[in-house]
Amino acid sequence: MANKWKLIYNGIIPGNPVLVLLLGMCATLGTSSSAINGFMMGVATMVVLICSNAVISMLKNFVPDKVRIPAYIVIIATFVTILQLIINAYLPALNATLGIFIPLIVVNCVLLGRAEAFAGKNGVLDSICDGLGCGIGFTLALTLLGSVRELLGTGRLFDIVIYPEDYGMLLFVLAPGAFLALGYLIAIVNKLRKSK
Amino acid sequence: MKKLSSTLSNMVLSLGVITFVAGASLGTAYYVTKEPIAQMTHQTQVEAIKKVSPEFTNDPEADKWEYEQDGITYTVYPAYDADRLVGAAVESASMSGFSGEIKIMCGFDADGTVRNYEVLSHAETPGLGSKMATWFRDSSGSRSVIGLNMEKNSMYVTKDTDKKGEIDAITAATISSRAFLEALRNAYNAYVQYKECQEKNN
Amino acid sequence: MLTYISIIVTAIFINNIVLSQFLGICPFLGVSKKTSSALGMGAAVTFVTTLATVVTWLLQKFVLDPLELSYLQTIAFILVIAFLVQMLEIIMKKITPVLYSSLGVFLPLITTNCAVLGVAILVIQKGYTLMESVTYGFSTSLGFTLALWIFAGIREQLELTDLPKGMQGVPIALICAGLLAMAFMGFSGIKIG
Repeated sequence: MANKWKLIYNGIIPGNPVLVLLLGMCATLGTSSSAINGFMMGVATMVVLICSNAVISMLKNFVPDKVRIPAYIVIIATFVTILQLIINAYLPALNATLGIFIPLIVVNCVLLGRAEAFAGKNGVLDSICDGLGCGIGFTLALTLLGSVRELLGTGRLFDIVIYPEDYGMLLFVLAPGAFLALGYLIAIVNKLRKSK
Repeated sequence: MKKLSSTLSNMVLSLGVITFVAGASLGTAYYVTKEPIAQMTHQTQVEAIKKVSPEFTNDPEADKWEYEQDGITYTVYPAYDADRLVGAAVESASMSGFSGEIKIMCGFDADGTVRNYEVLSHAETPGLGSKMATWFRDSSGSRSVIGLNMEKNSMYVTKDTDKKGEIDAITAATISSRAFLEALRNAYNAYVQYKECQEKNN
Repeated sequence: MLTYISIIVTAIFINNIVLSQFLGICPFLGVSKKTSSALGMGAAVTFVTTLATVVTWLLQKFVLDPLELSYLQTIAFILVIAFLVQMLEIIMKKITPVLYSSLGVFLPLITTNCAVLGVAILVIQKGYTLMESVTYGFSTSLGFTLALWIFAGIREQLELTDLPKGMQGVPIALICAGLLAMAFMGFSGIKIG
């Protein structure tokens, strides 16, 4: 059991997909304009990641090595499409905010990266734990970046007003702010890791 | 189970089976969600009409009238009180948004006063252009379009000085704002076309 | 004609795919340490994106739409792109070994470049015609190449600067990208036609 916790923990802090491994940057930058958007995108990715990790680890002996990448892509794309359909049916508002980044979960390097590095080699339960850990890590990173951008840009946090919007630096909601905020976040994480 | 080796037949077999299962599960997911998706779309439609249109006694969806201009289809949902035309809800779109199409539903009184609007779909930047859903009904400054008259007021952003625009654009999302107002003006144009068409028929 | 010019200018400068749409960030950060490799990557992406846009557009209009299978869009497109990249690699190896030796290393990276899939999906969403789609695909990847190239130039200079430890590598690169994005914001608002 302790082993499973370790797997989950590993994805959250020491092997955080965004802040440490620097994967999945497109989705990170593109959907983190507010804390809630970042959180939603993180959860959507996590759901696909857990499902794809589970199925890929189940099929690992059935897939010959040479065609493993196309097989992984088909599996991931299937889950992404199912997620897309479900979001369309029950959460149309989410579709409006995340837009093109939902189908683009397919090419999120975190998914293929975990499939290749972990799920293709390990058991089902371990792979689910790994997916959960990385998913939580991804969600946390996106929510954190979203919070920073929302707070600095609009003076709100999860839509709750912290200070008047007029004092906000709108730049942080815009494209350049995404790069700047992520750059400083990673720098801080680097600093913390080195001082340990 | 031993890992399958990379022979051609194994590769074809395994990819074939995976694609087949993927296709089958997607097909199932599609049929399961088809009904809810259609229902959701319909429900949003009816609610949007009710929200923006004047009180009506007819069925606007049954009386709808389509009008096409420059490749965009405008749908007019006329509102009748008994037999008198009291206004309409118009589904309109603009292709000049910051990232493509903006679809809105807006309602007019018989004299062209904007009653209300609803943004149906858009691909604008979250946190900027996406503010249009609330911005143009905010009473501070001259943001709101509600209560303005399409004939008497100039429905352009204030930055368009040559048009004597009266509406404040969304901060840092002027393109989105322009597109929104364009959709609104075109919607009113479709409504006017509908009225003329009706008068001719009578 | 004006439509095409407008598409080109918008795709390269105003809505630059990397700096304002956030697509294709991975290669943008990964392959931007040298200007020469940046140009190689740019050329490979331009080639694949343009080709993929044509194929996926035809697929959508003549297979998915008539059969009402548009919900299979994501999976169909990514398979087409993966297949195209593989084919291209094989063909290039056979026909132009010279070109292959300079672009070949970048090809496998392109399948997971979200710019390619992103452009394929965007042209369908925007309802472009085939010619408009090709123009959009081509100029978007030119925009990608431009951003990558400028950025690689900046990073070559960064190598020589003395930075705080935590800032080295990706953080300073991201901050520079932010400044570059700010410069590109200056293009927004330009309207043609």
